[in-house]
Amino acid sequence: MLEFKQRHLLSIQNLDVSDIMAILDTAESLAEISTREVKKVPTLRGKTVVNLFFEPSTRTRSSFELAAKRLSADIINFSQQTSSVVKGETLKDTVLNLEAMNPDALIIRHSCSGAPYFVSTFCRSHVINAGDGSHEHPTQALLDAFTIRQQKKNFKNLRVVIVGDILHSRVARSNIFLLQKVGAQVILVGPPPLLPEEFKNFGTQISYDLDRALEGADVIMMLRIQKERQDANFFPSIREYRNLYCLTEKRYNLANKDAIIMHPGPINRGVEISSEMADSIKSVILKQVENGISIRMAVLYLLLGGKERETAD
Amino acid sequence: MEEKIKARVMDAGKIKRSLDRMTTEILERNRNLKNLVIVGIRTRGIYLGKRISQLIKELEKIEVPVGVLDITLYRDDFAELETQHMVQKTEIDFPISKKDVLLVDDVLFTGRTIRAAMDSLFDLGRPQSIQLLVLIDRGHRELPIRADYTGKVLPTSRREIVQVRLIEIDETDEVLITEPAKLE
Amino acid sequence: MRLLIKNGRVVDPSSGTDETMDILIDKGKIVDLKAKIESENAQVIDASRLVVAPGFIDMHTHLREPGQEDKEDIHTASLAAASGGFTSLCAMPNTHPANDNRGVTEYILSEASRRSRVNIFPIAAITKGLKGEELTDMADLISAGAVAFSDNGTCVQNSLVMRRALEYSNFLQAPIIDHCEDLSLSRDGLMHEGFSSHLFGLKGIPASAEDIMVARDIILAEAANARIHIAHLSTSGGVYFVREAKKRKVKVTAEVTPHHLILTDSALESYNTNLKVNPPLRGQDDVQALLDAVKEGVVDVFATDHAPHTAEEKDVEFDRAPCGIDGLETAVSLLLDKFVNKNIISLARFIEMFSTRPAQILGLKDKGRIAPGADADLTILNLHKEIVVDVHRFFSKSHNNPFHGWKLKGAPTMIIVNGKIVDPWS
Repeated sequence: MLEFKQRHLLSIQNLDVSDIMAILDTAESLAEISTREVKKVPTLRGKTVVNLFFEPSTRTRSSFELAAKRLSADIINFSQQTSSVVKGETLKDTVLNLEAMNPDALIIRHSCSGAPYFVSTFCRSHVINAGDGSHEHPTQALLDAFTIRQQKKNFKNLRVVIVGDILHSRVARSNIFLLQKVGAQVILVGPPPLLPEEFKNFGTQISYDLDRALEGADVIMMLRIQKERQDANFFPSIREYRNLYCLTEKRYNLANKDAIIMHPGPINRGVEISSEMADSIKSVILKQVENGISIRMAVLYLLLGGKERETAD
Repeated sequence: MEEKIKARVMDAGKIKRSLDRMTTEILERNRNLKNLVIVGIRTRGIYLGKRISQLIKELEKIEVPVGVLDITLYRDDFAELETQHMVQKTEIDFPISKKDVLLVDDVLFTGRTIRAAMDSLFDLGRPQSIQLLVLIDRGHRELPIRADYTGKVLPTSRREIVQVRLIEIDETDEVLITEPAKLE
Repeated sequence: MRLLIKNGRVVDPSSGTDETMDILIDKGKIVDLKAKIESENAQVIDASRLVVAPGFIDMHTHLREPGQEDKEDIHTASLAAASGGFTSLCAMPNTHPANDNRGVTEYILSEASRRSRVNIFPIAAITKGLKGEELTDMADLISAGAVAFSDNGTCVQNSLVMRRALEYSNFLQAPIIDHCEDLSLSRDGLMHEGFSSHLFGLKGIPASAEDIMVARDIILAEAANARIHIAHLSTSGGVYFVREAKKRKVKVTAEVTPHHLILTDSALESYNTNLKVNPPLRGQDDVQALLDAVKEGVVDVFATDHAPHTAEEKDVEFDRAPCGIDGLETAVSLLLDKFVNKNIISLARFIEMFSTRPAQILGLKDKGRIAPGADADLTILNLHKEIVVDVHRFFSKSHNNPFHGWKLKGAPTMIIVNGKIVDPWS
């Protein structure tokens, strides 16, 4: 019997290793469904899932949509553009209105950290965090871990280098929490304004020198750099960023042989990663996308399956 | 839950003889062995299926492929389970469309597992026929399902538990009837 | 009607008094103070086992009137004050319209005289519209009744403007109270910048945003030989600058809130918007530095920074909630429970910081002391009374207070304002 007892998936921080493994193992079994002719099983038939995306996203949203559909759940998409001057319905009212339609799960992406947790305090459905502000993106970290496990088998003492705008990255945070829990070694790399010293307190190493950090790396995870950060003077220019932190073939050769290249997407070719590296056979970027569906199916299966439990912690 | 063993209804010898007999029956009914495929239902159906395939190979020198079916995703009691079942892989590396599929399971009881297995097979392809082989038929059917090949018919009460143990994972070959021990 | 308060433990730091005494009050003033007083036709209040202190003055309250009466108004704020043990409140000017002209000051005072159960002292704005560009007519505002100046809510960014304000207010002998924040550093920040902000994914406000302005204000005040009062000091850096400045005899004073002494940034793990304040809850080192500063006298005053917000405004995602804690009704009990009853801060020091020092800083000569001729403003405390904080029973219109459910030992039991008992329940 499975011991997955979470009511929501809000953060990696709230999961223990057994929860994480349950998700990865379930995803492994569900992956086969996407290779069939009829890519569907009836497991979540009659369940309703709502994609509530307050930030634009085609990739994550359609990944969740496919995952739900492959399990025969019904899914509807709600997107709302946000701007800093929001007029109209509050988040709470939007969710309460949706709840009147009796969904089983709400998948929420929001620009405010803590928003999915806030929603979980007053809603009846299961809440899945699809990315909240700079805080967490649990399913991304899970699919990243799944991809790493496919390629490297074991996490213990694996050297994982995460490069980019760590300060603002929810992908980085979720990965840091997950990889630490499973015993991997994490090294963070980026320009100083985007990688404050306090990140050492997460138990990771930090470095401002990508070349040095790549020595002995087994996994290289590149993060997207946003132009808005340049505008806010977090780094002087894209040119400078590229010179110091772009993953080129020369830099890749400093890592361990067979190091894998990862990126949560969408990639900025020629900025944080060169085209050759993005397309090289060591890149698992497309596998990550494929695995995203299996992981999201696993999450939906584990949360929505079984008797409705009392709220777990 | 404490269990009390009430009876040992089959030992290794009886199991072997049942499998031998059923294999003969399979060979009698299936003229075109090349079109036969075996699908074992997790968990013990897999080992029984492999043994049958091995027996066919010894007798007729033909390799009948064996696939593994996990029916967790097709259960009809999904929404009522207190705790979930771990879903494991379905591994059927061969096409099943147009094939004669021999479904293998250890115990036939209410028939719901077999119903789920058939639904799953139909999502994977369109078999020409499905035959069912079970080691034990313990009665209490809730659906119109019947086995084509039965090792032993075993009348039981609902309270009783039929346990099939196979040497591949249980250290010994035997079939037991047990009962939950009375609460003190 | 004369009032006779008998057998109370009278603690008045301004005269060093700490003994059991009787107090006789008539026509709004204290007329006699000694071990045993007998008086006919006086209403007697038995203050045995209670502490009698000069009325507490909150130097930092947001009344929200005029303009935001859905959050609070002069009447409800005064009830909250009375329940919280305060006999006087200083009203910050960031109302709508801002208190940057005589009309608003007079409005506040006239409404207070009609509807407030406690004394209200307006603090007027330093600059017109709180824009930080042009000084207000400061002398006019003083004559209208303002006691100090502040752009609270925001901070004058331009040092030249601040310099002129200090020079001018100095000539008027009214203190400038500054909410120290360099807006270019704190921009878009939601909580204290540090490990916790990185953990929770919330944009940080670095301590330097406050420290820079504390240092700047001290430098300018020193140069102008003027008085500066630092509102809600929250950082160890700020404490350092104030301490060094006091050694040099700069005329700087500072205040601290109860929440900055009790809570740290790690509490924001729950994204509870009732913990969202400006300046934000800081780290453990800052809290310790503030506590040391209180004990040493580097910080002079406890103030609540009472900032009511409606439930709708606070019941949202963290980013969107306004900053503020509705603190009048918990401040005194929190500090009594966490510090006085645990002997971390002495009772005398506690009373000094709530009453003696605020009166001195604001130049309220007849307040903050218990002596014949002084105003009959008294705060009576029961150090042993046990309460459970219940925000739904607040007198304030708003309930944005994170201490709901806290069990505290020590509470105000009665206040006397201008010689009359003020009972918020009646």
